Amino acid sequence: MTEPILQARGLVKRYGRVTALAGADLDLLPGEILAVIGDNGAGKSSLIKALCGAVVPDEGEILLDGIPVSFSTPVDARTAGIETVHQSLAVAPSLDIAANLFLGRELRRKGVLGSVLRMLDRNGMREEAKKQLDALGIMTIQNPGQAVETLSGGQRQAVAVARAAAFGSRVVIMDEPTAALGVRESRAVLDLVLQVRERGLPVILISHNMPHVFEVADRVHIQRLGRRKAVVDPKSISMSDAVAIMTGAMEVPEEAA
Amino acid sequence: MTTTTGNPVGEEHVSRSPLSRLQHLLHAQATIGPAVVLLIAIVVFALLSDRFLQPGNISLVLQQVAVVGTLAVGQTIVILTAGIDLSCGAIMVLTSIVMAKISAETGLPGVPALVLGFLVGTVCGLLNGLLVTRLKLPPFIVTLGTLNVFFALNLWYSHSATIRGTDMPRLLLWTGETFTIGGTRVTYGSVIMVLLVAAMAFVLKNTAWGRHVYATGDDPEASRLSGIRTARVLFSVYAAAGAVYALAAWILIGRIASASPQAGQFENLDSITAVVIGGTSLFGGRGAIVGSLIGALIVGVFRNGLALAGVDVLWQTFAVGVLIIAAVSIDQWIRKVKP
Repeated sequence: MTEPILQARGLVKRYGRVTALAGADLDLLPGEILAVIGDNGAGKSSLIKALCGAVVPDEGEILLDGIPVSFSTPVDARTAGIETVHQSLAVAPSLDIAANLFLGRELRRKGVLGSVLRMLDRNGMREEAKKQLDALGIMTIQNPGQAVETLSGGQRQAVAVARAAAFGSRVVIMDEPTAALGVRESRAVLDLVLQVRERGLPVILISHNMPHVFEVADRVHIQRLGRRKAVVDPKSISMSDAVAIMTGAMEVPEEAA
Repeated sequence: MTTTTGNPVGEEHVSRSPLSRLQHLLHAQATIGPAVVLLIAIVVFALLSDRFLQPGNISLVLQQVAVVGTLAVGQTIVILTAGIDLSCGAIMVLTSIVMAKISAETGLPGVPALVLGFLVGTVCGLLNGLLVTRLKLPPFIVTLGTLNVFFALNLWYSHSATIRGTDMPRLLLWTGETFTIGGTRVTYGSVIMVLLVAAMAFVLKNTAWGRHVYATGDDPEASRLSGIRTARVLFSVYAAAGAVYALAAWILIGRIASASPQAGQFENLDSITAVVIGGTSLFGGRGAIVGSLIGALIVGVFRNGLALAGVDVLWQTFAVGVLIIAAVSIDQWIRKVKP
């Protein structure tokens, strides 16, 4: 068996008397799409937040390439090569596409203009943004200088995915990337997810949408009551069985685990 | 699995109505609206009165606008972060009194007096920033509070007495001195304002800090998740605004050739007026410094032009009120731009 690229071991997170994570594990293998499903309150969000540095777990450890890491801010996780596409569409609407792609890690001009006047390398960032959008096949967004708020929901999501794919060197996490989208736009975003995998980047995909999960995922992590209940192969288990495990109506069948 | 070619993410190319095209244009270039209003105002007032375009009158308008225009630079960066600064006038007056009084009483030379003034302005701004970021109070409440605090300190320190210009070092009054270009006398204070506007416009447009100011005002949560330290950005914005108000204090001393504890009390609302008329959104994340200068000029030109046309002061104020409401309505309309 291949070595997991990202692992979580026994993560615990309590909010007052509520235990969101009760010793949760997770294994992400290289080059796979791992879907994380679970009922509301199963600890999906807390698990993902721990992995992307948005919350610090009370107990347990996170290993990247087998080496323990600790993230106290989202920047730490990003520096380690873990990029996250947040459910809340973390883009600044009035800034343009290129500015959003490079938000928080802007490129400066070379030489005195950059070091003394601290000037931004606008053209460089625009070109790079265009390259990233093209690489993901988001050809219809012609102008990286366009403000994000003039884009549709699907296009905005595409910008967020492009940002993660551009900078994620190890892992891309996507939290409900299709939740706010229509059918056609969801389709396009799922294609983007598959393209990120084709580039060799493993993806953790959190979704409520079972058809989406079963279409793109290589393995499905079922989260229940703050723990990993099972990891199943979507080809050998039905959607209704997965939901039954998720809600506790069914135990994990031997052959699917 | 369906084919991945021809990604359908956004492929519409709808033909737009002229009104919708105007909305998109204003959306992309928020300064166009105010610039057109200013041009029309200048043409109309020039037609109404022969004196309007005379060098002496232009000089007067520039002098009247210099203080508010400078304050508006600080006000703009605060409003871009979706904040507001009601204390800017009070910081300016307090700073002008401290600079003037210390130098008048102790004979402190001009340069250290100015440095002291910048320290006072920046510390006042830092206090605002601290209250906004640490106590997480709304900027409106913080600056409403500090407006009163700074104004009271100013009355206490000055004993409500005006400091005469003749008691101050000449450097403090230098901003009121003039040079002549093309028959128009221009004060150094107006020049400082224009240079400040240019410098701040450059910083906002061309540095990462400028971008982070916009992003923080636009969507603080998204900015934080993108790795921007939003509290630090806010803190630096209020501190920088304080330093800008100190510059306004220097220009104010030159303008009235004295330092009065009662001067510039209402400049806070005037600076907000300039920013709003200049096309910067009170909801943050949208606008430009140059717009605020144009906004200040529009107010100055309206008041001056209406006065020359023999219109009563109360109708000048009425006109400014209408401008504010029109500007905010247009901003709301622009914000509803459709993809």
